[in-house]
Formats: sequence, structure tokens, C-alpha cells
Amino acid sequence: MWLFIQNQILGMQWLNGLVADGLIWAGVDIESRLGGSLQFFLYDVIKITLLLCVLIFAISYIQSFFPPERSRKIMGQFHGIGANIMGALLGTVTPFCSCSSIPLFMGFTSAGLPLGVTFSFLISSPMVDLGSLVLLISIFGYKIAAAYVVFGLIIAVIGGSVIERMHLENEVEDFIRQAVAGPDIEPAELTVRDRLSFARDQMTGTFKKVFPYILIGVGIGALIHNWIPETMVETVLGSQNQWGVILATLVGVPMYADIFGTIPIAEALLGKGALLGAVLSFMMAVTTLSLPSLILLRKAVKPKLLGVFVAICVVGIILVGYGFNALRYVLL
Amino acid sequence: MMKIKVLGSGCSKCEALLAVTKEAVQHLGIDAEMLDVTDFAQIARYGVMSTPALVVDEKVVSAGRVLKASQIESFLK
Repeated sequence: MWLFIQNQILGMQWLNGLVADGLIWAGVDIESRLGGSLQFFLYDVIKITLLLCVLIFAISYIQSFFPPERSRKIMGQFHGIGANIMGALLGTVTPFCSCSSIPLFMGFTSAGLPLGVTFSFLISSPMVDLGSLVLLISIFGYKIAAAYVVFGLIIAVIGGSVIERMHLENEVEDFIRQAVAGPDIEPAELTVRDRLSFARDQMTGTFKKVFPYILIGVGIGALIHNWIPETMVETVLGSQNQWGVILATLVGVPMYADIFGTIPIAEALLGKGALLGAVLSFMMAVTTLSLPSLILLRKAVKPKLLGVFVAICVVGIILVGYGFNALRYVLL
Repeated sequence: MMKIKVLGSGCSKCEALLAVTKEAVQHLGIDAEMLDVTDFAQIARYGVMSTPALVVDEKVVSAGRVLKASQIESFLK
């Protein structure tokens, strides 16, 4: 029963058959390289787009219950490591877009939340969200998805705690530290209709923003799937290369893409013999850190704190990668 | 005169909210002063953490969403 959900509903294997039938009917030889790429491309674009729309809609509905104003209040009630754990957990459900990271940072800081808690939130928010959980289940199965989320939360909690211990409060830009705390605004109680319309807007907005990345991601995935020789992937990211995880992480850090765009690449690499840890490190690195988001964060924090933040994320992601490699026989 | 502020730092959603708000004001034909607040320190002072936000007569009526013209009109009446 669970396998049926995983393979047919979330994995949509029926769709792959349908695409194959359609291509054969159109006279395409799906056994050929070009035909195979075409099948991979069409199947993945349709599958990821469908998942994206359903997921973003459902997730946005849940997120409408957790505006950052409310999350801030909840986090403020916890102390010590508990606050870090809460920050990491709320990071996964609070709607977050990098364009509002500065007001969010100011809002948290001015309300007196410890810096480490803010960073636990900032690390987990892009790295693990509900969408990535469901998407990972559909592609890699529930064990890997659960491990990914748990590892991501651990990085967020430990990362935030380390930043806390380092006492880097002076490394936050002055205009943020001097910000006067606004009142706790209690967002207007939303009706079910408001939430549905919020979810629909989020869905169409995300779709428009992310679709080009899906096309690029699936395109690269199709290329890897049918054109790049297995031995090459194995040599670079497989068990023969102990540096594979580090390489994958460092390549992924500057890239800006959504998890929906990285997953087809990850899927194709895994199929070609890349090790699980290298693939997941790549995904984590791409979604958590990117040049545009770092440039934005630089406006809020001074270079030293930015450096510490990047270093913690990179080291954490690399460690998680090796952890996944060690656990791959249990998880796959 | 009514004072309407759109808080946001120039992201595309903020511009969208500004446009819809102007539309709503015009449609109602009310006399209102419109302000586009992009300074982060000022935004924080309203307690807003998710932009864009709409402020009517110094009261935050919405945050983190692009409202529809009809929704905005209900805040302006």
C-alpha cells in the first residue's frame, strides 16, 4: 500500500508509461538516445510541475497559519537550545522568500530573539521545507526523505547554537541592531477562503518563478541520463572518489535554484552511479546557499558573520554528505 | 485625508500591491495620500516582517500578501 503511494501517486510511474506510449505512437524510438532523453524530459517536466502545483498549494495553506509575526512570538517563549530547535522547526513552515529576509531579520532581532535562534531559522528555512520532504519521498523514498529533513534540522540547530556561542552580535549591521521593535501585530484572522486564495496566489507565483528552473534542471538531468557515460559520473561522484561530497557541495553553493529544479539533476546523477551523499549534498548546497541570497544577507550582517554562516553551512552539508554515504546501504 | 502606505523594498510583489492599491483608491474615488515606504528601519517599526504590507492610517491591515482590489477597498471604507 505504502509502495503504491510512493511509486504511483507521488512517483507517478503510470505517467512514465503514458509518456512512453505517446512517444511510440508519435513514431519516436524510445530505445534510442534522443528518444530516451525526450521521454525523461517530458515525464520529469510533467511530473515535477504537477507535484509543484499540488504541493505548493497544500503547503501554502498550512503556511498561512504561521506568518512570521506569529512564529516570532512562539520562538520568544523558548530558551536555550529549545529556542534553536523551535526556530529550525518553524523555519520549515513559515513562508519565506529571500526578498523579505531583511525585514524578517530586523523583526527577530528587534524583538530580542537571540542571534543563534534567528540563524537556526535562516538555515532551516531554505534547506528543509515541507515541499522538499514530499518531493524527496516521491523521488528517493521515505527513508532518505526523513533522513534529509532530520539532518537538515540538526545542521540548523547546531549552526545556530555555534553562532550563539561565538557572540557575534556586533557583527550584525548597525541599522538592524538599532531598529526599534514594532508592536506585535496580530495578523487579521483569515477565513478559509482567504487561505485558499493565498495558497492559489502562492502556487501561481511560485510556478511562474520556478518553471524556467525546472526546464533547465530537467534538461540537464536528461543530458546526464542519456548522454554522459556512467564511468564519468562514477569517477567524479561515485565510490572511487572520496572527495565527491566536497566537490558536489562546493559546486552547489554559488548556484541559485529551487529544489524543484535540482531534483531531476540529483535523480539522474544517482541513476548513473553517483553516491547518495554527493547527490544530496549537492541539493542541500544549492537550496541553502546561493550568491543572490548571500548578497542580500550581506546587507544585514557584516562579512565576518556572513563568513561564519557560510562556513557552518558548508561544513554541515559536507558532514551530512559523508553521513549519507555511510548510511546508503540502509537507506537505499 | 486618509493616509495609505505600502511597505516593501522594491520586490515584484510590493510593486504589485502598490498598483492594486492605487487602483482601489481610484475606484472608490477617495482622497488619499499614498506613500511607498522602502526603508527597512521604518518597515520594522510597524512590526512588519513579511513584505509587502499595507498600512491605512498608521494601522497595519495586511502583511505578506498581494491583496485584491476588492479586499483593499474593504479596508478603505
